[in-house]
Amino acid sequence: MILLSITENIHNWLFSVMPAEVASIVEMVLIAVVYLTVFAVAGLFLVLLERRVAAWFQLRIGPNRVGYQGLLQTMADAIKLLTKELVGTDRADKFLYNLAPYFVIITALMALAVIPFSQEFHAFDINIGIFFLIAISSIGVIGILLGGWSSNNKFAMIGAMRSGVQTISYELSVGLSLLTMVVITGTLQLSEIIEIQKSGWLIVQGHIPAVIAFMVFMISGTAETNRAPFDMVEAESELGAGFHTEYSGMKFAYFFLAEFINMFIIAAIAATVFFGGWLSPFGITESIPELGVFWFLIKTMVLVFLMMWFRWTFPRLRVDQLLTLEWKYLLPINLVNIVLMAVLVWLNLTIRL
Amino acid sequence: MSYFSDIYEGIKTLLTGMSVTGKYFITSRKGAITQQYPDNRETLKMFDRFRGEVIMPHNEDNEHRCTGCQKCEIACPNGTIEIIWDRGIDEETGKKKKKIDQFVYHLSMCTMCGLCIDVCPTDAIEWGQNFENSVYDRTTLTRVLNEPNSKLMPGVED
Ligand code: SF4
Ligand code: SF4
Repeated sequence: MILLSITENIHNWLFSVMPAEVASIVEMVLIAVVYLTVFAVAGLFLVLLERRVAAWFQLRIGPNRVGYQGLLQTMADAIKLLTKELVGTDRADKFLYNLAPYFVIITALMALAVIPFSQEFHAFDINIGIFFLIAISSIGVIGILLGGWSSNNKFAMIGAMRSGVQTISYELSVGLSLLTMVVITGTLQLSEIIEIQKSGWLIVQGHIPAVIAFMVFMISGTAETNRAPFDMVEAESELGAGFHTEYSGMKFAYFFLAEFINMFIIAAIAATVFFGGWLSPFGITESIPELGVFWFLIKTMVLVFLMMWFRWTFPRLRVDQLLTLEWKYLLPINLVNIVLMAVLVWLNLTIRL
Repeated sequence: MSYFSDIYEGIKTLLTGMSVTGKYFITSRKGAITQQYPDNRETLKMFDRFRGEVIMPHNEDNEHRCTGCQKCEIACPNGTIEIIWDRGIDEETGKKKKKIDQFVYHLSMCTMCGLCIDVCPTDAIEWGQNFENSVYDRTTLTRVLNEPNSKLMPGVED
Protein backbone atom coordinates (compact mmCIF):
# COMPACT_ATOMS: atom_id res chain seq x y z
CA MET A 1 0.00 0.00 0.00
CA ILE A 2 2.81 2.38 0.86
CA LEU A 3 4.52 1.38 -2.35
CA LEU A 4 1.30 1.93 -4.22
CA SER A 5 0.83 5.44 -2.83
CA ILE A 6 4.43 6.29 -3.76
CA THR A 7 3.90 5.15 -7.33
CA GLU A 8 0.58 6.96 -7.36
CA ASN A 9 2.30 10.18 -6.27
CA ILE A 10 5.04 9.86 -8.86
CA HIS A 11 2.41 9.21 -11.49
CA ASN A 12 0.42 12.32 -10.57
CA TRP A 13 3.52 14.47 -10.31
CA LEU A 14 4.78 13.35 -13.73
CA PHE A 15 1.47 14.11 -15.37
CA SER A 16 1.32 17.52 -13.72
CA VAL A 17 4.74 18.73 -14.91
CA MET A 18 4.70 17.51 -18.51
CA PRO A 19 2.29 16.69 -21.33
CA ALA A 20 0.52 13.35 -21.07
CA GLU A 21 2.40 11.61 -23.91
CA VAL A 22 5.84 12.53 -22.57
CA ALA A 23 4.79 11.64 -19.04
CA SER A 24 3.66 8.16 -20.01
CA ILE A 25 6.91 7.53 -21.88
CA VAL A 26 8.93 8.74 -18.90
CA GLU A 27 6.85 6.47 -16.72
CA MET A 28 7.59 3.47 -18.92
CA VAL A 29 11.30 4.24 -18.84
CA LEU A 30 11.20 4.55 -15.05
CA ILE A 31 9.43 1.23 -14.70
CA ALA A 32 11.91 -0.39 -17.07
CA VAL A 33 14.83 0.95 -15.04
CA VAL A 34 13.30 -0.32 -11.80
CA TYR A 35 12.70 -3.75 -13.31
CA LEU A 36 16.22 -3.86 -14.73
CA THR A 37 17.92 -3.09 -11.44
CA VAL A 38 15.65 -5.30 -9.36
CA PHE A 39 16.07 -8.29 -11.63
CA ALA A 40 19.76 -7.86 -12.28
CA VAL A 41 20.26 -8.05 -8.52
CA ALA A 42 17.69 -10.83 -8.11
CA GLY A 43 19.40 -12.78 -10.88
CA LEU A 44 22.72 -12.43 -9.11
CA PHE A 45 21.21 -13.78 -5.92
CA LEU A 46 19.66 -16.66 -7.84
CA VAL A 47 23.15 -17.54 -9.07
CA LEU A 48 24.35 -17.51 -5.50
CA LEU A 49 21.41 -19.64 -4.39
CA GLU A 50 22.12 -22.13 -7.13
CA ARG A 51 25.73 -22.39 -6.07
CA ARG A 52 24.92 -22.92 -2.42
CA VAL A 53 22.17 -25.43 -3.18
CA ALA A 54 24.47 -27.29 -5.58
CA ALA A 55 27.11 -27.40 -2.89
CA TRP A 56 24.68 -28.84 -0.37
CA PHE A 57 23.52 -31.48 -2.81
CA GLN A 58 27.13 -32.49 -3.34
CA LEU A 59 28.05 -32.45 0.34
CA ARG A 60 30.16 -29.35 -0.08
CA ILE A 61 29.85 -25.96 1.60
CA GLY A 62 29.79 -23.55 -1.32
CA PRO A 63 30.89 -19.91 -1.50
CA ASN A 64 30.88 -18.51 2.04
CA ARG A 65 33.74 -16.04 2.18
CA VAL A 66 32.59 -12.80 0.54
CA GLY A 67 30.19 -11.09 2.88
CA TYR A 68 28.11 -12.92 5.46
CA GLN A 69 27.77 -16.54 4.27
CA GLY A 70 28.99 -15.47 0.84
CA LEU A 71 26.06 -13.15 0.20
CA LEU A 72 28.17 -10.73 -1.83
CA GLN A 73 29.98 -13.39 -3.84
CA THR A 74 28.06 -13.00 -7.07
CA MET A 75 28.11 -9.21 -6.77
CA ALA A 76 31.87 -9.41 -6.65
CA ASP A 77 31.83 -11.78 -9.62
CA ALA A 78 29.70 -9.37 -11.61
CA ILE A 79 32.07 -6.50 -10.85
CA LYS A 80 34.99 -8.69 -11.88
CA LEU A 81 33.26 -9.56 -15.15
CA LEU A 82 32.53 -5.88 -15.81
CA THR A 83 36.20 -5.04 -15.63
CA LYS A 84 37.28 -7.85 -17.94
CA GLU A 85 38.38 -7.40 -21.49
CA LEU A 86 35.87 -8.41 -24.16
CA VAL A 87 37.79 -10.85 -26.30
CA GLY A 88 36.25 -11.80 -29.63
CA THR A 89 37.25 -14.32 -32.25
CA ASP A 90 38.91 -13.59 -35.54
CA ARG A 91 36.55 -13.45 -38.54
CA ALA A 92 33.51 -13.57 -36.32
CA ASP A 93 30.41 -11.86 -37.62
CA LYS A 94 30.96 -8.86 -35.37
CA PHE A 95 27.51 -7.33 -35.66
CA LEU A 96 25.56 -10.49 -34.84
CA TYR A 97 28.17 -11.53 -32.33
CA ASN A 98 27.63 -8.36 -30.36
CA LEU A 99 23.87 -8.42 -30.81
CA ALA A 100 23.26 -11.95 -29.52
CA PRO A 101 23.64 -11.40 -25.75
CA TYR A 102 21.21 -8.48 -25.85
CA PHE A 103 18.62 -10.62 -27.61
CA VAL A 104 18.82 -13.15 -24.83
CA ILE A 105 18.76 -10.77 -21.89
CA ILE A 106 16.13 -8.42 -23.34
CA THR A 107 13.67 -11.21 -24.08
CA ALA A 108 14.20 -12.57 -20.59
CA LEU A 109 13.43 -9.17 -19.09
CA MET A 110 10.47 -8.58 -21.41
CA ALA A 111 8.80 -11.74 -20.22
CA LEU A 112 9.05 -10.46 -16.65
CA ALA A 113 6.84 -7.50 -17.49
CA VAL A 114 3.66 -9.54 -17.73
CA ILE A 115 4.18 -11.60 -14.61
CA PRO A 116 1.92 -10.51 -11.75
CA PHE A 117 3.99 -10.28 -8.57
CA SER A 118 1.01 -9.14 -6.57
CA GLN A 119 -2.29 -7.48 -7.21
CA GLU A 120 -0.66 -4.08 -7.79
CA PHE A 121 2.89 -5.03 -8.70
CA HIS A 122 2.15 -5.92 -12.29
CA ALA A 123 3.85 -3.89 -14.98
CA PHE A 124 1.90 -4.87 -18.07
CA ASP A 125 -1.41 -6.69 -17.81
CA ILE A 126 -2.34 -7.54 -21.40
CA ASN A 127 -5.26 -9.73 -22.34
CA ILE A 128 -3.02 -12.21 -24.17
CA GLY A 129 -0.65 -12.66 -21.23
CA ILE A 130 0.13 -16.37 -21.59
CA PHE A 131 0.36 -16.13 -25.36
CA PHE A 132 2.81 -13.25 -24.97
CA LEU A 133 4.92 -15.29 -22.54
CA ILE A 134 5.09 -18.27 -24.87
CA ALA A 135 5.96 -16.05 -27.81
CA ILE A 136 8.60 -14.03 -25.99
CA SER A 137 10.28 -17.00 -24.40
CA SER A 138 10.93 -18.52 -27.82
CA ILE A 139 12.64 -15.39 -29.12
CA GLY A 140 15.48 -15.95 -26.67
CA VAL A 141 16.63 -18.93 -28.70
CA ILE A 142 17.35 -16.64 -31.63
CA GLY A 143 19.98 -14.96 -29.49
CA ILE A 144 21.51 -18.34 -28.73
CA LEU A 145 21.47 -19.35 -32.40
CA LEU A 146 23.00 -16.03 -33.44
CA GLY A 147 25.67 -16.23 -30.77
CA GLY A 148 26.63 -19.75 -31.76
CA TRP A 149 26.57 -19.03 -35.45
CA SER A 150 28.46 -15.78 -35.44
CA SER A 151 31.31 -16.65 -33.10
CA ASN A 152 33.17 -18.74 -35.72
CA ASN A 153 33.75 -21.68 -33.44
CA LYS A 154 32.64 -25.22 -34.04
CA PHE A 155 31.66 -25.89 -30.44
CA ALA A 156 29.52 -22.79 -30.35
CA MET A 157 27.98 -23.80 -33.66
CA ILE A 158 27.07 -27.31 -32.48
CA GLY A 159 25.69 -25.89 -29.25
CA ALA A 160 23.53 -23.42 -31.13
CA MET A 161 22.18 -26.08 -33.47
CA ARG A 162 21.33 -28.32 -30.55
CA SER A 163 19.62 -25.42 -28.90
CA GLY A 164 17.51 -24.91 -32.00
CA VAL A 165 16.43 -28.55 -32.03
CA GLN A 166 15.72 -28.55 -28.35
CA THR A 167 13.80 -25.31 -28.06
CA ILE A 168 11.65 -25.91 -31.13
CA SER A 169 10.67 -29.33 -29.78
CA TYR A 170 9.99 -28.35 -26.22
CA GLU A 171 8.27 -25.11 -27.10
CA LEU A 172 5.33 -27.28 -28.17
CA SER A 173 5.02 -28.95 -24.81
CA VAL A 174 5.30 -25.70 -22.89
CA GLY A 175 2.59 -24.18 -25.02
CA LEU A 176 0.28 -27.18 -24.92
CA SER A 177 0.57 -27.70 -21.18
CA LEU A 178 -0.30 -24.06 -20.60
CA LEU A 179 -3.17 -24.39 -23.07
CA THR A 180 -4.49 -27.28 -21.00
CA MET A 181 -4.86 -24.86 -18.13
CA VAL A 182 -6.33 -22.18 -20.36
CA VAL A 183 -9.12 -24.67 -21.14
CA ILE A 184 -10.17 -24.31 -17.49
CA THR A 185 -9.62 -20.60 -17.10
CA GLY A 186 -11.05 -19.58 -20.45
CA THR A 187 -8.81 -16.52 -20.47
CA LEU A 188 -5.22 -15.73 -21.34
CA GLN A 189 -4.97 -12.68 -19.12
CA LEU A 190 -2.79 -13.47 -16.12
CA SER A 191 -4.66 -11.28 -13.65
CA GLU A 192 -7.94 -13.00 -14.54
CA ILE A 193 -6.32 -16.41 -14.29
CA ILE A 194 -5.41 -15.57 -10.72
CA GLU A 195 -8.89 -14.18 -10.10
CA ILE A 196 -10.36 -17.54 -11.12
CA GLN A 197 -8.06 -19.34 -8.69
CA LYS A 198 -9.73 -17.64 -5.74
CA SER A 199 -12.00 -20.68 -5.79
CA GLY A 200 -9.11 -23.13 -5.56
CA TRP A 201 -5.72 -23.25 -7.19
CA LEU A 202 -5.85 -24.59 -10.72
CA ILE A 203 -3.84 -27.66 -9.83
CA VAL A 204 -6.67 -28.56 -7.43
CA GLN A 205 -9.47 -27.43 -9.73
CA GLY A 206 -8.18 -29.48 -12.64
CA HIS A 207 -6.93 -32.39 -10.46
CA ILE A 208 -5.57 -35.27 -12.64
CA PRO A 209 -5.02 -33.49 -15.97
CA ALA A 210 -3.69 -30.45 -14.15
CA VAL A 211 -1.10 -32.51 -12.31
CA ILE A 212 -0.04 -34.13 -15.58
CA ALA A 213 0.11 -30.72 -17.23
CA PHE A 214 2.21 -29.43 -14.35
CA MET A 215 4.68 -32.29 -14.69
CA VAL A 216 4.93 -31.80 -18.43
CA PHE A 217 5.37 -28.07 -17.94
CA MET A 218 8.17 -28.50 -15.41
CA ILE A 219 10.03 -30.96 -17.66
CA SER A 220 9.70 -28.94 -20.82
CA GLY A 221 10.28 -25.69 -18.93
CA THR A 222 13.58 -27.04 -17.67
CA ALA A 223 14.43 -27.96 -21.25
CA GLU A 224 13.44 -24.48 -22.40
CA THR A 225 15.92 -22.85 -20.08
CA ASN A 226 18.69 -25.20 -21.26
CA ARG A 227 19.43 -26.41 -17.77
CA ALA A 228 20.65 -29.86 -16.83
CA PRO A 229 19.51 -32.56 -17.53
CA PHE A 230 18.77 -30.81 -20.82
CA ASP A 231 21.93 -28.70 -20.98
CA MET A 232 23.16 -30.09 -24.26
CA VAL A 233 23.49 -26.56 -25.50
CA GLU A 234 26.30 -25.94 -23.05
CA ALA A 235 27.41 -29.50 -22.26
CA GLU A 236 30.70 -28.57 -20.61
CA SER A 237 32.19 -32.01 -21.08
CA GLU A 238 31.45 -32.11 -24.79
CA LEU A 239 31.44 -28.58 -26.12
CA GLY A 240 33.55 -26.42 -23.86
CA ALA A 241 30.81 -23.99 -22.97
CA GLY A 242 28.58 -24.47 -25.99
CA PHE A 243 27.10 -21.39 -27.63
CA HIS A 244 28.86 -18.93 -25.33
CA THR A 245 32.32 -20.47 -25.63
CA GLU A 246 33.68 -17.35 -27.31
CA TYR A 247 32.04 -14.80 -25.08
CA SER A 248 33.84 -13.14 -22.22
CA GLY A 249 33.35 -10.39 -19.70
CA MET A 250 29.96 -8.77 -19.48
CA LYS A 251 28.56 -10.43 -22.59
CA PHE A 252 29.11 -13.78 -20.99
CA ALA A 253 27.48 -12.44 -17.84
CA TYR A 254 24.38 -11.49 -19.87
CA PHE A 255 23.98 -15.06 -21.08
CA PHE A 256 24.54 -16.35 -17.61
CA LEU A 257 22.09 -13.94 -16.03
CA ALA A 258 19.50 -14.65 -18.73
CA GLU A 259 19.63 -18.33 -17.92
CA PHE A 260 18.78 -17.63 -14.31
CA ILE A 261 16.11 -15.07 -15.10
CA ASN A 262 14.57 -17.60 -17.49
CA MET A 263 14.56 -20.18 -14.76
CA PHE A 264 12.82 -17.67 -12.50
CA ILE A 265 10.29 -16.95 -15.26
CA ILE A 266 9.44 -20.60 -15.81
CA ALA A 267 8.97 -21.06 -12.08
CA ALA A 268 6.92 -17.87 -11.90
CA ILE A 269 4.63 -18.97 -14.73
CA ALA A 270 4.14 -22.34 -13.05
CA ALA A 271 3.41 -20.62 -9.75
CA THR A 272 0.92 -18.29 -11.41
CA VAL A 273 -0.87 -20.79 -13.59
CA PHE A 274 -0.89 -23.83 -11.31
CA PHE A 275 -0.46 -22.56 -7.77
CA GLY A 276 -2.44 -19.38 -7.63
CA GLY A 277 0.30 -16.77 -8.02
CA TRP A 278 0.11 -14.24 -5.23
CA LEU A 279 -2.95 -15.80 -3.62
CA SER A 280 -2.31 -17.10 -0.14
CA PRO A 281 -3.09 -20.76 0.57
CA PHE A 282 -6.76 -21.09 1.69
CA GLY A 283 -6.94 -17.31 1.66
CA ILE A 284 -5.37 -17.04 5.12
CA THR A 285 -3.94 -13.58 4.52
CA GLU A 286 -6.59 -12.28 2.18
CA SER A 287 -7.06 -9.19 4.35
CA ILE A 288 -3.41 -8.15 3.95
CA PRO A 289 -2.82 -7.75 0.21
CA GLU A 290 0.81 -6.65 0.79
CA LEU A 291 1.69 -10.26 1.49
CA GLY A 292 0.94 -11.14 -2.14
CA VAL A 293 4.54 -10.61 -3.21
CA PHE A 294 5.67 -12.79 -0.33
CA TRP A 295 3.43 -15.71 -1.28
CA PHE A 296 4.33 -15.34 -4.92
CA LEU A 297 8.05 -15.42 -4.17
CA ILE A 298 7.68 -18.40 -1.83
CA LYS A 299 5.88 -20.43 -4.47
CA THR A 300 8.34 -19.40 -7.15
CA MET A 301 11.33 -20.19 -4.98
CA VAL A 302 10.00 -23.66 -4.17
CA LEU A 303 9.68 -24.35 -7.88
CA VAL A 304 13.12 -22.87 -8.56
CA PHE A 305 14.48 -25.19 -5.92
CA LEU A 306 12.75 -28.09 -7.66
CA MET A 307 14.52 -27.18 -10.89
CA MET A 308 17.85 -26.99 -9.06
CA TRP A 309 17.10 -30.36 -7.55
CA PHE A 310 16.58 -31.75 -11.08
CA ARG A 311 19.81 -30.21 -12.20
CA TRP A 312 21.98 -31.70 -9.51
CA THR A 313 20.37 -35.12 -9.64
CA PHE A 314 19.93 -36.20 -13.23
CA PRO A 315 22.63 -36.90 -15.80
CA ARG A 316 22.55 -35.16 -19.16
CA LEU A 317 20.43 -36.72 -21.92
CA ARG A 318 21.71 -37.63 -25.35
CA VAL A 319 20.24 -35.71 -28.27
CA ASP A 320 18.24 -38.67 -29.53
CA GLN A 321 16.92 -39.39 -26.04
CA LEU A 322 15.91 -35.77 -25.76
CA LEU A 323 13.90 -35.94 -28.96
CA THR A 324 12.39 -39.30 -28.03
CA LEU A 325 11.25 -37.87 -24.73
CA GLU A 326 9.57 -34.94 -26.41
CA TRP A 327 8.05 -36.43 -29.54
CA LYS A 328 7.17 -39.91 -28.30
CA TYR A 329 6.22 -39.20 -24.72
CA LEU A 330 5.53 -35.61 -23.72
CA LEU A 331 3.70 -34.53 -26.85
CA PRO A 332 1.22 -37.44 -27.14
CA ILE A 333 0.57 -37.34 -23.40
CA ASN A 334 -0.02 -33.65 -23.68
CA LEU A 335 -2.48 -33.97 -26.53
CA VAL A 336 -4.46 -36.67 -24.74
CA ASN A 337 -4.32 -34.56 -21.62
CA ILE A 338 -5.77 -31.52 -23.33
CA VAL A 339 -8.73 -33.61 -24.56
CA LEU A 340 -9.16 -35.07 -21.10
CA MET A 341 -9.23 -31.58 -19.64
CA ALA A 342 -11.75 -30.44 -22.22
CA VAL A 343 -14.02 -33.36 -21.35
CA LEU A 344 -13.63 -32.56 -17.69
CA VAL A 345 -14.61 -28.95 -18.16
CA TRP A 346 -17.47 -29.97 -20.45
CA LEU A 347 -18.91 -32.42 -17.91
CA ASN A 348 -18.27 -29.93 -15.09
CA LEU A 349 -16.05 -32.36 -13.20
CA THR A 350 -13.60 -29.69 -12.02
CA ILE A 351 -13.31 -29.20 -8.28
CA ARG A 352 -14.43 -25.78 -7.12
CA LEU A 353 -14.26 -24.78 -3.53
CA MET B 1 1.97 -51.87 -23.54
CA SER B 2 5.57 -51.36 -22.60
CA TYR B 3 4.98 -47.69 -23.44
CA PHE B 4 3.11 -47.07 -20.21
CA SER B 5 5.33 -49.28 -18.09
CA ASP B 6 8.28 -47.33 -19.51
CA ILE B 7 6.73 -44.10 -18.32
CA TYR B 8 6.05 -45.61 -14.92
CA GLU B 9 9.58 -46.99 -14.63
CA GLY B 10 11.00 -43.67 -15.78
CA ILE B 11 9.14 -41.64 -13.20
CA LYS B 12 9.93 -44.16 -10.48
CA THR B 13 13.67 -44.16 -11.15
CA LEU B 14 13.75 -40.39 -11.39
CA LEU B 15 12.05 -40.12 -8.02
CA THR B 16 14.50 -42.61 -6.53
CA GLY B 17 17.36 -40.46 -7.75
CA MET B 18 15.77 -37.33 -6.36
CA SER B 19 15.23 -38.93 -2.97
CA VAL B 20 18.91 -39.83 -2.79
CA THR B 21 20.09 -36.32 -3.55
CA GLY B 22 17.34 -34.92 -1.35
CA LYS B 23 18.72 -36.89 1.56
CA TYR B 24 22.18 -35.54 0.83
CA PHE B 25 20.80 -32.03 0.72
CA ILE B 26 19.26 -32.35 4.17
CA THR B 27 22.23 -34.04 5.81
CA SER B 28 24.90 -31.98 4.05
CA ARG B 29 25.38 -29.70 7.04
CA LYS B 30 26.73 -32.51 9.15
CA GLY B 31 28.43 -34.53 6.46
CA ALA B 32 30.14 -31.84 4.40
CA ILE B 33 33.41 -33.15 3.08
CA THR B 34 34.86 -29.72 2.47
CA GLN B 35 37.56 -28.75 4.94
CA GLN B 36 37.77 -25.03 5.59
CA TYR B 37 41.50 -25.44 5.63
CA PRO B 38 43.37 -22.44 6.96
CA ASP B 39 40.63 -21.91 9.56
CA ASN B 40 40.79 -25.39 11.01
CA ARG B 41 44.52 -25.83 10.68
CA GLU B 42 44.86 -26.75 14.37
CA THR B 43 42.24 -29.47 14.36
CA LEU B 44 42.62 -30.76 10.81
CA LYS B 45 43.58 -34.42 10.78
CA MET B 46 44.50 -35.98 7.47
CA PHE B 47 43.14 -39.44 6.82
CA ASP B 48 45.40 -42.44 7.27
CA ARG B 49 45.90 -43.33 3.64
CA PHE B 50 46.95 -39.84 2.64
CA ARG B 51 50.35 -39.79 0.97
CA GLY B 52 52.07 -36.62 2.04
CA GLU B 53 55.73 -37.54 2.28
CA VAL B 54 57.93 -40.50 3.15
CA ILE B 55 59.01 -40.56 6.77
CA MET B 56 61.12 -42.86 8.88
CA PRO B 57 59.70 -43.37 12.35
CA HIS B 58 62.05 -43.57 15.27
CA ASN B 59 61.32 -45.00 18.70
CA GLU B 60 62.07 -43.20 21.94
CA ASP B 61 65.66 -44.54 22.09
CA ASN B 62 66.32 -42.87 18.74
CA GLU B 63 66.34 -46.17 16.93
CA HIS B 64 64.99 -46.81 13.44
CA ARG B 65 64.42 -50.00 11.48
CA CYS B 66 66.46 -49.28 8.37
CA THR B 67 69.17 -51.85 7.68
CA GLY B 68 70.62 -49.99 4.75
CA CYS B 69 69.77 -52.71 2.27
CA GLN B 70 69.16 -50.07 -0.44
CA LYS B 71 66.16 -51.86 -1.87
CA CYS B 72 64.16 -48.67 -1.72
CA GLU B 73 66.85 -46.78 -3.56
CA ILE B 74 66.75 -49.34 -6.38
CA ALA B 75 62.96 -49.47 -6.46
CA CYS B 76 62.45 -45.74 -6.71
CA PRO B 77 61.73 -44.81 -10.34
CA ASN B 78 62.88 -41.23 -9.88
CA GLY B 79 66.08 -41.55 -7.96
CA THR B 80 64.47 -39.79 -5.04
CA ILE B 81 66.19 -41.80 -2.37
CA GLU B 82 69.93 -41.79 -1.84
CA ILE B 83 71.39 -43.97 0.84
CA ILE B 84 74.81 -43.01 2.07
CA TRP B 85 76.13 -46.01 3.94
CA ASP B 86 79.21 -47.14 5.66
CA ARG B 87 80.68 -50.28 7.11
CA GLY B 88 80.90 -50.16 10.86
CA ILE B 89 81.82 -52.61 13.60
CA ASP B 90 78.86 -54.26 15.18
CA GLU B 91 79.14 -53.94 18.98
CA GLU B 92 77.73 -57.36 19.82
CA THR B 93 79.35 -59.61 17.24
CA GLY B 94 82.43 -57.57 16.48
CA LYS B 95 81.96 -58.18 12.77
CA LYS B 96 82.01 -55.56 10.08
CA LYS B 97 78.47 -54.67 9.06
CA LYS B 98 76.65 -52.35 6.59
CA LYS B 99 74.73 -49.53 8.18
CA ILE B 100 73.28 -46.26 7.01
CA ASP B 101 74.98 -42.97 7.50
CA GLN B 102 72.32 -40.77 5.90
CA PHE B 103 68.99 -41.66 4.34
CA VAL B 104 68.62 -38.74 1.89
CA TYR B 105 65.12 -38.14 0.55
CA HIS B 106 64.44 -35.53 -2.14
CA LEU B 107 60.80 -34.68 -1.59
CA SER B 108 60.84 -32.46 -4.66
CA MET B 109 61.43 -35.49 -6.89
CA CYS B 110 59.01 -37.88 -5.19
CA THR B 111 55.83 -38.81 -7.04
CA MET B 112 54.31 -40.54 -4.01
CA CYS B 113 54.14 -43.82 -5.87
CA GLY B 114 54.81 -45.83 -2.74
CA LEU B 115 57.16 -48.38 -4.28
CA CYS B 116 59.86 -47.71 -1.71
CA ILE B 117 57.47 -48.34 1.14
CA ASP B 118 56.14 -51.54 -0.45
CA VAL B 119 59.58 -52.88 -1.08
CA CYS B 120 61.19 -52.23 2.30
CA PRO B 121 61.69 -55.62 3.96
CA THR B 122 61.78 -54.21 7.50
CA ASP B 123 59.01 -51.59 7.22
CA ALA B 124 61.47 -48.87 8.09
CA ILE B 125 59.73 -46.14 6.13
CA GLU B 126 56.08 -45.19 5.87
CA TRP B 127 53.72 -42.42 4.78
CA GLY B 128 53.59 -39.17 6.68
CA GLN B 129 50.44 -37.03 6.56
CA ASN B 130 52.10 -33.64 6.37
CA PHE B 131 50.99 -31.77 3.26
CA GLU B 132 52.22 -28.23 3.88
CA ASN B 133 55.29 -28.67 1.75
CA SER B 134 55.47 -25.40 -0.12
CA VAL B 135 58.74 -23.60 0.52
CA TYR B 136 60.65 -20.70 -0.95
CA ASP B 137 63.90 -22.59 -1.36
CA ARG B 138 63.83 -26.05 -2.79
CA THR B 139 66.98 -27.19 -1.06
CA THR B 140 64.86 -27.44 2.09
CA LEU B 141 62.96 -30.23 0.37
CA THR B 142 66.01 -32.47 0.53
CA ARG B 143 65.74 -34.22 3.84
CA VAL B 144 67.75 -36.65 5.85
CA LEU B 145 65.22 -39.04 7.26
CA ASN B 146 67.28 -40.75 9.92
CA GLU B 147 67.86 -38.62 12.99
CA PRO B 148 71.42 -37.69 13.91
CA ASN B 149 73.12 -40.38 16.01
CA SER B 150 70.24 -42.75 15.52
CA LYS B 151 70.99 -46.43 15.17
CA LEU B 152 69.36 -49.62 14.05
CA MET B 153 66.78 -51.08 16.32
CA PRO B 154 68.14 -54.37 17.69
CA GLY B 155 66.41 -57.49 16.44
CA VAL B 156 65.17 -56.03 13.18
CA GLU B 157 67.57 -58.02 11.08
CA ASP B 158 66.61 -61.42 12.44
S1 SF4 C 1 57.24 -42.90 -3.15
FE1 SF4 C 1 58.03 -43.54 -5.17
S2 SF4 C 1 59.03 -41.71 -5.94
FE2 SF4 C 1 58.76 -41.37 -3.76
S3 SF4 C 1 60.62 -42.07 -2.83
FE3 SF4 C 1 59.25 -43.81 -2.81
S4 SF4 C 1 59.67 -44.95 -4.67
FE4 SF4 C 1 60.60 -42.92 -4.91
S1 SF4 D 1 64.36 -48.03 4.17
FE1 SF4 D 1 63.95 -50.22 3.99
S2 SF4 D 1 64.42 -50.72 1.87
FE2 SF4 D 1 65.31 -48.73 2.25
S3 SF4 D 1 67.41 -49.16 2.85
FE3 SF4 D 1 66.26 -49.05 4.75
S4 SF4 D 1 65.62 -51.12 5.16
FE4 SF4 D 1 66.27 -51.10 3.02
